Amino acid sequence: MKEYLRKYFILRRHNFQVAVKKAKRSKMCYLFLAPYAIIFTMFYILPVITSIYFSFTYYNVLESPKFVGIDNYVNLILQDDIFIKGIKNTFMIAIITGPLGYLASFLFAWLINELPRWLRTIAIVVFYAPSIAGNLFVIFSVFFRGDAYGYVNAFLMNLGFIDTPVLWLINPVYMLPICMVVILWMSLGSGFLAFVAGLQGVDRSQFEAGYVDGIRNRWQELWWITLPNMKPMLMFGAVMTITQSFGVCDVTMQLCGYPSTDYAARTIVTHLYDYGFTRFEMGYASAIATLLFLMMILCNKAIQSLLRRVGT
Amino acid sequence: MSKKIKEEKVTQHKLIKLKRRKPNRSRVGDFFIYIFLLLMAVAMIFPLVYAINSALKPLDELFMFPPKIFAQNPTFDNFSDLFVTMSKSWVTFTRYIFNTVFITVVGTAGHLIIASMGAFVIAKYDFPGGKTFFNIVVTALMFTGYVTQIPNYLIINALGWIDTYWSIIIPAFALPMGFFLMKQFMEGLPMSLIEAAKIDGANEWKVFMGIVMPNVKPAWLTMIIYSVQGLWNNRASMYIYSEERKTLVYALQQVQSGGIARTGQAAAVSVIVMIVPVVIFIFSESQILETMASSGLKD
Repeated sequence: MKEYLRKYFILRRHNFQVAVKKAKRSKMCYLFLAPYAIIFTMFYILPVITSIYFSFTYYNVLESPKFVGIDNYVNLILQDDIFIKGIKNTFMIAIITGPLGYLASFLFAWLINELPRWLRTIAIVVFYAPSIAGNLFVIFSVFFRGDAYGYVNAFLMNLGFIDTPVLWLINPVYMLPICMVVILWMSLGSGFLAFVAGLQGVDRSQFEAGYVDGIRNRWQELWWITLPNMKPMLMFGAVMTITQSFGVCDVTMQLCGYPSTDYAARTIVTHLYDYGFTRFEMGYASAIATLLFLMMILCNKAIQSLLRRVGT
Repeated sequence: MSKKIKEEKVTQHKLIKLKRRKPNRSRVGDFFIYIFLLLMAVAMIFPLVYAINSALKPLDELFMFPPKIFAQNPTFDNFSDLFVTMSKSWVTFTRYIFNTVFITVVGTAGHLIIASMGAFVIAKYDFPGGKTFFNIVVTALMFTGYVTQIPNYLIINALGWIDTYWSIIIPAFALPMGFFLMKQFMEGLPMSLIEAAKIDGANEWKVFMGIVMPNVKPAWLTMIIYSVQGLWNNRASMYIYSEERKTLVYALQQVQSGGIARTGQAAAVSVIVMIVPVVIFIFSESQILETMASSGLKD
């Protein structure tokens, strides 16, 4: 055992010396990275670390944080029923809109790529516009209004499917599905744009080579040539989709109200917002954020290993 | 001039030829895909058309029952009303515009340079700490922005940047999304290209500006879109208190929250807030498509 440890440390020291030598040789790289690394550490890494520290404290923003150990986490998991509901809703939304939105982003980017040029520009603008439009999704609250003035109600009543208006955004049965529709409407976002740009870079000669090698239809071409070429963008899109679909809160809060009836549209981030900015229990809110962070990391790990198998 | 036209004709000819023998595509499949895309496009665009139309409706039509989707007598009254309201505000309208433009332009330019420089070395060179740093960036993307607001505020306060433009601009330089995107695109560049330039005597900076950046133009145009979109919609109400440093979107949303009497103006606001990113988007998107011919470099 002792012998083994000694050898291990010698090896480590050797590796470290090699790394230092390498680092000395690549001064240029550090110089290039330095501005980004400094700003990033200051405004992104430090706040995240501080928040994780807050999650072990009682912190009400006015007084300085008091260390309470893992109390926040214990309360969160064992006693907070609404949080469990929030997790359930978030997972429902993430599992349905995440993969659908991701596949749709890629599918549309890929189909659009073959249109004639002017048509393609129009198509990209049309499909991406919902994501640029900021909080324009509030318009859906006009469509799904609870009285007979709402378009959906009026339409269904005229056709005779219903005879009294449905309270789309107040009845817990309809809330989540409507939010999902709106999220899907906005889901052709950053991933979609990266796919569009990435598809432009795929080498044309590979397609011809594939044709010679016996690829017979567009789906084979997609799987064997296009997808392997798009791997970096697929990874990017996956991470973006995860962060968006787990971080849902704007849509549910603005459409279904805050708090929503029966907490039927409460998501993890809504819960976090509630504790952080309505009740000012920042420690508790940080604990929620940390748990969400862990969930996303796990999900990301799973998806990355799936993506590695693409095209093989 | 005539030579150019001739060249164009030749390339067009080539394109037509290419089209004719485009392999692996069936006519029936193309047809169904077009129909499918058209249907989806209509569904996607409908809420936007509705928003634009309600901005063009005069007041009586806005409250009409049953409501019509298209404006019967389109006017620009709502827009002119909005400008009257805005010009009566305490801080002049142009100041709000200046604030937003300044923050957007400086923030985007800095982000573009700083993040691409970092992404370049991470993607193309192997040095100790590089991979780890990249993993940290991707992981940090997943932490919710809400709770980091308080530590962020404390840091910006310690730097003395509260109530200045820098509180918005400097953090925007290091947005992890743009960095991640650039790194993913630069990975595809062949190393031989960089080495060739180095043998010819170019230093790192020249390689970066002259070889790497022109070859990943689609990536950085996309990054500009993300950045402009984020900064344009930034309300900056957290770090900036003085009214004369607030952004345009903030001011417009104040008008929008003015209740039922301002329904028409509110509709106009949503259109104005939306239109600028869309226009920038269209410009840069046409640029992305332009570059497709030049980026056929692969290992």
